[in-house]
Amino acid sequence: MNLRIIVLAKQVPDTRNVGKDAMNADGTINRAALPAIFNPEDLNALEQALRLKEQYPGTTVKVLTMGPPRAAEIVREGMFRGTDGGYLLTDRAFAGADTLATSYALSTAIRKMGEYDIIIGGRQAIDGDTAQVGPQVAEKLGLTQITYAEEILKVEDGRITVKRHIDGGVETVEGPLPIVITVNGSAAPCRPRNAKLLMTHKNAVITEWSVADIDGDVAQCGLSGSPTKVKAIQNIVFKAKESKAMGDTDAEIENLIVELVENHTIS
Amino acid sequence: MNNLFVYLELQEDSRVAEVSLELLTKGRSLATQLGCRLEAVAAGCNLEGIAAQVMPYGVDVLHLFDAEGLYPYTSLPHTSVLVNLFKEEQPQIALMGATVIGRDLGPRVSSALHSGLTADCTALEIGEHDDKKAGKHYEGLLYQIRPAFGGNIVATIVNPENRPQMATVREGVMKKELFDANHQGEIVRHDVAKYVPDTDYVVKVIERHVERAKHNLKGAPIVVAGGYGVGSRENFQLLFDLAKELHGEVGASRAAVDAGFADHDRQIGQTGVTVRPKLYIACGISGQIQHIAGMQESSMIISINSDPNAPINTIADYVITGRVEDVVPKMIKYYKKNSK
Repeated sequence: MNLRIIVLAKQVPDTRNVGKDAMNADGTINRAALPAIFNPEDLNALEQALRLKEQYPGTTVKVLTMGPPRAAEIVREGMFRGTDGGYLLTDRAFAGADTLATSYALSTAIRKMGEYDIIIGGRQAIDGDTAQVGPQVAEKLGLTQITYAEEILKVEDGRITVKRHIDGGVETVEGPLPIVITVNGSAAPCRPRNAKLLMTHKNAVITEWSVADIDGDVAQCGLSGSPTKVKAIQNIVFKAKESKAMGDTDAEIENLIVELVENHTIS
Repeated sequence: MNNLFVYLELQEDSRVAEVSLELLTKGRSLATQLGCRLEAVAAGCNLEGIAAQVMPYGVDVLHLFDAEGLYPYTSLPHTSVLVNLFKEEQPQIALMGATVIGRDLGPRVSSALHSGLTADCTALEIGEHDDKKAGKHYEGLLYQIRPAFGGNIVATIVNPENRPQMATVREGVMKKELFDANHQGEIVRHDVAKYVPDTDYVVKVIERHVERAKHNLKGAPIVVAGGYGVGSRENFQLLFDLAKELHGEVGASRAAVDAGFADHDRQIGQTGVTVRPKLYIACGISGQIQHIAGMQESSMIISINSDPNAPINTIADYVITGRVEDVVPKMIKYYKKNSK
């Protein structure tokens, strides 16, 4: 069985390790201070795709990403782990896209890429945490979806069986191909780069597509294609309290405990 | 027409999820402010008990879609219910829980209707908006307020032109309050086949395990939470010991969860649970904004940290400078001694 798999992946600023210099004095984000990384859950998705490629020889795995020119690294990172290349959507007209404009661009590019069986990506990106792009791409392509996937169990007779996370538990569901799947961070971690593949592909030239290359409608891309507008951005300021500073001696801890017991905060 | 809709998430035995009741409470007050009606939508199987659960929250119209195949939830049939109902009813606002279901359903509905959706809002308000470029003034827009960029900033999002204005909200962020125990709204029972084509029933749920939550972190009056500074999963056991003594629950920061010290379902913060206990004991938590967003409404905060300048100390009532593994056992010891 030759599956045709497209992995949706994003290059993101590493918001998990935000230092003090991450914010400019005017409250905007200092992107230069944040390293650009492969979105973590997209790596979980890539691993599921590569496992299918091993399981079903003849399968092709291509990465599709959107971003500035340096995001071509994402496609190369995929190749270092065993994919068959991919595409970078890059054009000033894509900039400022909300999730709907992003899913318009991705779904238009996917149509351009040709036939496919499985479109798979991380559940969400760490710079937005919205989890919206996967389902919106599915809707735009007229496909069903399985979100919050933990593991692809099998592909058989044009149907795929997936174990997925639900609130308070897990379920196993089965759906028809072609399909969109989004993968949870709790799924199997991605394999490391392969040294041989790294040497082979480190200078790989990645195909870049503009809005025109995918026959896209500029009005539906980027800021102009985004129904949501950012009205205001604020730094978060928490109300500081007057705090009582203490050391860790037995006497101080006992005094605090006695105080909390007496005023019924505890007990 | 142009009312405010809340999607009701249903659990086993057609129980309406807490987050949906919280959204009805918020929706009721927003609808009153806007002078529109509050409408609720339930899609599932055996829905006779829904009205009694939700009417006390001030629902004016309850839409019921009752059919085999609508429970358990699958993406396409529920999308068709909302998309086709919204095409008829033209809501101005639609709210749903930022749960696994809401985050599966909301984006599809918003894509089909080309209406904007904002995920994980922490506040919803009504306000005006000027689009200076287009020279347009808007009134009565929904301000969708959410932390962004890993919780380092707060963004206010508006959808000036597209309807409905859609937002998801996590459980525990809004407060649930009864509107009127005797309130009675209208009930509309829809013919599901008119809204959902047979071809939508393509995903089959083969197996399902749902467990009642192992703990009640959200409702616990005392929370002992640990951060990266706790150092190991073994040291987290000290927090469990203290929580057990105090009849509290154990929570964790995202850093502690990412490091494998605690399970994901104990994560407190913007991308976890929001808690409002009477006592919050923060152990080795530095206090990233995204964590503080989930616990800042605690009545009393004790911070235990070896770094006297940990950011969380600024919002704490008591700051104990010391090591978690020294301080926590002392707290257990002196609680045992003084609580009898």
